[in-house]
Amino acid sequence: MAGLVRRRVRRQRILRWVVVTVLGVFFLLPLFAMLEFTTRGAGGTLTAETWRTFFDWRQLGETYPVLWAGMKASFGLVILSVLLTLLLLVPTVVWVRLRLPRLRRTVEFICLLPLTIPAIVLVVGLAPVYAWVVYFVGGSSLTLTFAYTILALPFAYRAIDAGLSAIDVRTLTEAARGLGAGWATVMWRVVLPNMRSAVLSAAFITVALVLGEFTIASLLNRQNLQVAIDQLGKSSATMSIAVSLAALVLAFVLLLLLSFAGRGLRRRQREGSAS
Amino acid sequence: MNSVAVRLEGLSRRFGAVQALDGLDLDLAPGELVALLGPSGCGKTTALRILAGLEDADSGRIMVGGKDVANVPANRRDMGMVFQAYSLFPHLTALENVEFGLRLRRQAAAARRARAHEMLELVGIGAHATRYPQQLSGGQQQRVALARALAIQPQVLLLDEPLSALDAKVRVQLRDEIRRIQLEVGTTTLFVTHDQEEALALADRVGVMRAGRLEQIGPPEDVYRSPATPFVADFVGLSNRLPGRVGDGIVEVLGARLPLVAGTDVPDGPATALVRPESVDVTADPDGAGRVLAASFLGPMARITVALPGDTLVVAQVASARLADLPPETAVRVDLRPVPVVVSGDRSETADPRTHSGAEL
Repeated sequence: MAGLVRRRVRRQRILRWVVVTVLGVFFLLPLFAMLEFTTRGAGGTLTAETWRTFFDWRQLGETYPVLWAGMKASFGLVILSVLLTLLLLVPTVVWVRLRLPRLRRTVEFICLLPLTIPAIVLVVGLAPVYAWVVYFVGGSSLTLTFAYTILALPFAYRAIDAGLSAIDVRTLTEAARGLGAGWATVMWRVVLPNMRSAVLSAAFITVALVLGEFTIASLLNRQNLQVAIDQLGKSSATMSIAVSLAALVLAFVLLLLLSFAGRGLRRRQREGSAS
Repeated sequence: MNSVAVRLEGLSRRFGAVQALDGLDLDLAPGELVALLGPSGCGKTTALRILAGLEDADSGRIMVGGKDVANVPANRRDMGMVFQAYSLFPHLTALENVEFGLRLRRQAAAARRARAHEMLELVGIGAHATRYPQQLSGGQQQRVALARALAIQPQVLLLDEPLSALDAKVRVQLRDEIRRIQLEVGTTTLFVTHDQEEALALADRVGVMRAGRLEQIGPPEDVYRSPATPFVADFVGLSNRLPGRVGDGIVEVLGARLPLVAGTDVPDGPATALVRPESVDVTADPDGAGRVLAASFLGPMARITVALPGDTLVVAQVASARLADLPPETAVRVDLRPVPVVVSGDRSETADPRTHSGAEL
């Protein structure tokens, strides 16, 4: 009997490792191929030339102005999109939960809508809107912020709503109001600190999404990292692959951080309830 | 010490089809602790939330220290509140929680800290100042919540069923503690509860609410001994509902002639009398008409259920030492002590037995 159980446990452990290995190879092989390609020198030698250029910002900017512009645009877009998404979502979701609970389904539906609309359709709808955006705030690539905020809504909404469900917002809010806190203080001092990991997840997901977006930027004739990589691919294949790899790794690291942030919070709560 | 008078005048509030408050009038003297008692949905919590500014009244006036505060938002009303649900800020330690209100009042760090420590000592939790709420038990959390509410030296202290989530022993302990602290700081306090024992033990005056109105308000003894209405008699304490007949200013129940409580206005004729178990005496008697059905042991006292002819059940409270003489199936005689009782001409007048601990007879 004991032997049977032990054998089953061992079999399960082997299976687990097989799965992890296969998946790991599946994900890492392309990345490795990219790395191999970017380090391939003349006559089959190994060279770090591409990466040296990549990490030398000044030279990179001079050699590949398109790439440089795309990076700057994406960087700006990341910051603006995260800010806009959080500014839009956090107060709305909190307010709906406190004062308009009947609207919750509606808000959830609206926030999830972008998920169901293909990017190409979205662009068709966005093009005339962007005619107005250009009219009012100019044609900078940073105006993509608005489109990206819409794209990020479904994911960010989920994260924030889940974070809010974990705390008793109503009671905390009322307790803070009773102690003399205005709405701004309530949000800043009470609600936000208690849903930090949710806000962090929403931010990270938005970052990953913005870094990887190509369709809308390309179709609306705007510049961002992915568009630049695409253009670069036509002139300098090695550099475009190097940048892609770096972007992928960055997104991967972000998501890893995200899962750690979530785990850290859960652990703290568990320790709290145990003692 | 700042004790102010609170006056609620004709408060009404409707939620959709529900009239939560229906012209509630309530006065709190400076430093007084008034408990609002009633079944769920009677409007007691709504009244407290309106006083706190967390809810708006449809009509009526709210006077605190002689000033109408109806248009003052919750964060400027200067009221300390303790909630039924645990309401400590999870990201702050006990000490920081207590400091929160003081910080908003821009008190200097040192003074703030000293005051917070003092408050934590007052509620008997000074040793746990650096703990986070998750590391405290329910009772400890409510103590910190009380300290937090008192730290800002509120004009009025509002307690919204603060003990309901706690287990029985902690509840009694903290209940007595709340009373001690309230007397010490002398803050005018409104306490909302559905637990009659809590209300009777704690309050200077108990207000029994029903359907958005005060049914009766007075010192605990008065509310218990001379309930103004059948609803109060039924809701506060345990009552036997016994068929009787009103006439000549008395009511005849089970052969006994009992006086009526003052102010009874029931026409002569058949009626239901509400008799407390402690007014019922049971003696073993082979010729008695009653038969013991069951007994429940409550420590020093015991309750015995007796079946009488005509499908009438009576609950009697006796010293538990007498239980041995009264096993089930014993034939017994039932006597009623001649204390004033409440009578009701109409059964629907009384409280729904499912909402409280009254005897379902």
